[in-house]
Amino acid sequence: MSSKLDSDLTWSDDEIMTITAAKILKNTDTCFVGIGIPSTAAILAKSMHAPNLFLIYESGTVNTNPQKLPLSIGDGELANEALTVVGMPEIFNYWLQSGRIDVGFLGAAQIDRYANINTTYIGQTYQAPKVRLPGAGGATEIAGACKEVIIIINQTKRAFVNQVDFVTSMGFGDGVGSREKYGLRGGGPSKVITKTLELTMTHLHPGVSKEQVIENTGWELKFSQSMKITEQPKPVELTKIRELIKTSDR
Amino acid sequence: MVKFADLPSAINEFVKDGETIAMEGFTHLIPFAAGHEIIRQKIKDLTAIRLTPDLIYDQMIGAGCIKKLIFSWGGNPGVGSLHRFRDAYQNSWPQKLEIEEHTHAGLTNKYVAGASGLPFTVMRGYRGSDLFDQTSGVVEINSPFSDEVLTAVSAINPDVTVLHAQQADKAGNVMLWGITGVAREAVFAAKKVLVTVEEVVEEFTPKFNSIIIPNIQIDVISLAPRGAWPSYASGYYERDNSAYIAWDKIAKERDTFLTWLDDVIHKESNAKGPKS
Repeated sequence: MSSKLDSDLTWSDDEIMTITAAKILKNTDTCFVGIGIPSTAAILAKSMHAPNLFLIYESGTVNTNPQKLPLSIGDGELANEALTVVGMPEIFNYWLQSGRIDVGFLGAAQIDRYANINTTYIGQTYQAPKVRLPGAGGATEIAGACKEVIIIINQTKRAFVNQVDFVTSMGFGDGVGSREKYGLRGGGPSKVITKTLELTMTHLHPGVSKEQVIENTGWELKFSQSMKITEQPKPVELTKIRELIKTSDR
Repeated sequence: MVKFADLPSAINEFVKDGETIAMEGFTHLIPFAAGHEIIRQKIKDLTAIRLTPDLIYDQMIGAGCIKKLIFSWGGNPGVGSLHRFRDAYQNSWPQKLEIEEHTHAGLTNKYVAGASGLPFTVMRGYRGSDLFDQTSGVVEINSPFSDEVLTAVSAINPDVTVLHAQQADKAGNVMLWGITGVAREAVFAAKKVLVTVEEVVEEFTPKFNSIIIPNIQIDVISLAPRGAWPSYASGYYERDNSAYIAWDKIAKERDTFLTWLDDVIHKESNAKGPKS
């Protein structure tokens, strides 16, 4: 899907998701980043309004300032541009587990109405899955420990399900009290960014209708009374993101 | 006492059928040359541990070396799926693959426990995830000093850890720099340690973010220039992202994979990628 509002402005799903995500990040945030759109959004934020955004990748790169988009979470670019590179016990135990990270930024294959996310398998059983996915990586503990979690996911009916096939990383479990029950100290998911909306149910992206959102969601979606339209990407934002994408090997 | 040996001899002496092996290196310094030699020597029934199985274990799984995989993220980084891993797990090709799955934080801590000589260590993790019930060696534990319920993870102690590093000195100390992942923990957790290196130098020049593994922790060192390709060795060559993208096609079908095994692994000169 490509959307168009102004006569000369068009953008792709990935572009508006990435720009929307980037704008959420604050200059003073400490952010634990996953690869893909989360990483692109964080690097984009640093190149615009948040030059001091403190980025940590699970590969051990601390306060890194990549000039080109990494393909993997451990690309040399991330290490070369980092303040320091540390071992993984420091990353997971001292930085993440201790509660020092403001924002965790995750992608997912499947998400449910309580923002639990699945990156393990789709369909049938764990032992004999229809489609086996990569698994948890850092996500389980990122979802548990960060003060706030932002999830970026491509919205389809297959991805937005009433209940995920497997809770790889807990959002809000089965509702109020789940996070407390499991001792998860972080705040949990605060925003879900998709190609059509942010799932605090507050914003629709420009050019997207309520019907399109309902069509792509596997549960009965509630809309905010004061539904807003996401700010349209600015030409400068689109130019920046396109420059960044060009630096990728992909 | 550490010794230097050529890679085929080192693998032949230190990696045996049925052992538990950890071949670490997080995106960086993945010991591909050693993995390829294990395939060539047809070593089998390995229990293989890695946070990210990556292409190295996808290749070893497809070649029939691995019976059980212990891991925490099984994808082709930035590209997609590991097709040989999926085919083995879902269709038992070329043989049944047992898995034990963790989170990065969990598997990291299992190495920490192993390196520390403890039966387990304590962390906050897994709770709330369905993984908690699907994996082994992960249990709830009451904090003896507070009201909290925490997670205990059992130690892993590989029979052999295999690493790739940038340099060894003449005395057999090893230096690596850049992203080091769980290299240090995997060494201290292991019973035997095999390291391949880009270069053997007279003496080390200090490097940004380097770690040094003293020779008393290492059993054997083999010279293997470009031994981490298509991953990378900071200061020597960059990650060959195009090879990671190309792997997706090679691994997708069994016959293209088997052709790759014949053409690349069994013709050693093709296994190190383009000369840089």
